[in-house]
Amino acid sequence: MDDSQVFARLTEIFQDVFDEDDLQLTPELSAKDVDGWDSLAHIRLILTVEKAFKIKFSTSEIGKLENVGDLVTLIKARA
Amino acid sequence: MNPLYAELQWLARAPERFSESLKAVGNSEIPLGLELRALAAPALDLNQLTKLAKAIVKAHTEGKSLDPLAPFRLAVLSNSTIDLVTPALVASAARHGIALEVIQPSYDQVAQEALTPDSQVNRSKPDAVLFALDYRALPLKLSLGDGETSAATVQGALGYLQALGNGIKANSNAVCIFQSFAPPPESLFGSLDRVLPGTLRSLIDNINHELAAYVLGSGDVLLDVAGLAETVGLADWHNPQLWNLGKFAFSDELIPLYGDHVARIVAALRGKSGKVLVLDLDNTVWGGVIGDDGLEGIKVAQGDARGEAHLAVQRLALDLRQRGIVLAVSSKNTDEVAREPFEKHPEMLLKLEHIAVFQANWNDKATNLQAIAEELSLGLDSLVFLDDNPVERGLVRKLLPQVAVPELPEDPAWYARTLAAGGYFEAVSFASEDLKRAGYYQDNARRANLQKQAGGVDAYLASLEMIITFQPFDATGRARIVQLINKSNQYNLTTRRYTDPEVAEAENDPAVFTLQVRLADIFGDNGMISVVICRPAQAGVWEVDTWLMSCRVLGRKVENMVLREILRHAREAGIRKLAGIYRPTDRNKLVVDHYAKLGFTKISEEDSGLTRWELSVEGAQPEVAPMKVVSQGSSAPREESLA
Repeated sequence: MDDSQVFARLTEIFQDVFDEDDLQLTPELSAKDVDGWDSLAHIRLILTVEKAFKIKFSTSEIGKLENVGDLVTLIKARA
Repeated sequence: MNPLYAELQWLARAPERFSESLKAVGNSEIPLGLELRALAAPALDLNQLTKLAKAIVKAHTEGKSLDPLAPFRLAVLSNSTIDLVTPALVASAARHGIALEVIQPSYDQVAQEALTPDSQVNRSKPDAVLFALDYRALPLKLSLGDGETSAATVQGALGYLQALGNGIKANSNAVCIFQSFAPPPESLFGSLDRVLPGTLRSLIDNINHELAAYVLGSGDVLLDVAGLAETVGLADWHNPQLWNLGKFAFSDELIPLYGDHVARIVAALRGKSGKVLVLDLDNTVWGGVIGDDGLEGIKVAQGDARGEAHLAVQRLALDLRQRGIVLAVSSKNTDEVAREPFEKHPEMLLKLEHIAVFQANWNDKATNLQAIAEELSLGLDSLVFLDDNPVERGLVRKLLPQVAVPELPEDPAWYARTLAAGGYFEAVSFASEDLKRAGYYQDNARRANLQKQAGGVDAYLASLEMIITFQPFDATGRARIVQLINKSNQYNLTTRRYTDPEVAEAENDPAVFTLQVRLADIFGDNGMISVVICRPAQAGVWEVDTWLMSCRVLGRKVENMVLREILRHAREAGIRKLAGIYRPTDRNKLVVDHYAKLGFTKISEEDSGLTRWELSVEGAQPEVAPMKVVSQGSSAPREESLA
């Protein structure tokens, strides 16, 4: 999968998890930028991403994620 | 994960446009409560459940009425993080006819909330309190091999749970819902963990045993999480990574299942569990079609794999009847033919005396289910309808959304399990009266009078996107044509049996008009479902030598479309009249009026019951059905859409 495909799929996922049809992703986007992105939504997001891309993240990988860019890197490494 | 449970496969799949449908809610004349229940009906994933719960909570906060959903206030106390779970409870409750409000105090305040008289939970006066505790909430210490200390530990755990329950009961009338405990899959010794007192496994086993005994006859309720976890597998239930990440007690993938199980308990407390199991017959209660295969042909014998699968359905039905669930039948068959296996087949477990209402006729099943409900003086929402045919399931779901209709897989081997997995008959108590309930309905397999017709059947048929394909006989279709000619008994006008060479003869004779008819719909391809042979009689006349159809596609106006196709070819061939014959047998009473309904005029009737009919080709305009028509064969192939 290339960057733009991952981004497109991730955008759908974010819009679904946060119930926001107009949410747009940038690599710098992080929890402070999105309403409702608390620790629980973060878990729900990670779980949804794992299922959508059919991958599993390790505990330490999840802990190191700071923003969407990190997430994209991780997905591309796994998928 | 076992998909039957993880994906709630007894429920229909969620529609593609779920989010859009959810946003559109509240804008029609349909009551909001019913719209939300319809959205909750299929299997939903965690994100969908979360969104639906948000909409339900919003309706509560805005003071909107959620009638006819029954309101229920549930407080949830847990030692684990349940924030991902509570939306699943709210959304799943809607599926079961409940408008659930969840009171969720802050994390891990179980004892404080239960025991303090003016705690948030006690002040909110809930209808029930769910103690969503997992084994880590219990004061457990291993005492390997020490029977006495182990017994004390078990009593200590019970004492803790009882104190929590008593705290709630002292301050409100709430029902206490306790959970049994799922042990972790890891063992310390191996098999010895179950044998030796004081291991985690044996402590939890004993606590679950004592808890069940405590709940029995107490007015409290048990949610058997241990049983649920065993069913899906302890290794799938527990997820150490999720516990470490955020104290989630079980796998996120099982949240929809857990939500449905809690919802079943709440629905049972409100008396909303299923009370009647309505069974289809052909390919549900036995393998095959009784009208075509006869007593000798249906599969219901022990020792036959297919028969055993259907016997398992019968056994489950009988066990349900024994605990008070009423059994009924809704089958598209002639009444006498449908009753035959119950009366005469030696391997049938179900007998007529087990069936309270026996509806076997050619009317649509929605109308029949309404008649069954009225005959039993029960609401439609008490009915659970089991049918192997996805078209029938779709019809009932569409026209009678209150009736529970489990989805079934292709293989009957899984029917009994799927029906049981659906939990439609959840109960929270059992009394000796329940044993007798089925008998109160005087199981004399009576027939309920059909009163008003269920509306909307035509619209449902139009939504099936049917495609009917006509071809003359050919070598490729011959085997199936011969099969249909020789095994169709019910929808068969003349019951003329032909061998393969005789069919080939008709195929190759230019004077003989032949049709093989196929029907496909959104549920799939039904394959070849009708066969017609017309032979030249006098000049300008075609006699219908053979006209047969599979009963599976009855009620869809296929015969009208077939007549239309015959007429088209008749006109092209310069034929002026069609002559039809009905030759009665003991199996084909179904088609005595076939020609009358198609607009033919009766010419004569003999003592044997044989009737002859005629139709002028010119001016004949059969009723059309909303189908796409594909005609292939000798003349140029054509397609037209009448949908």
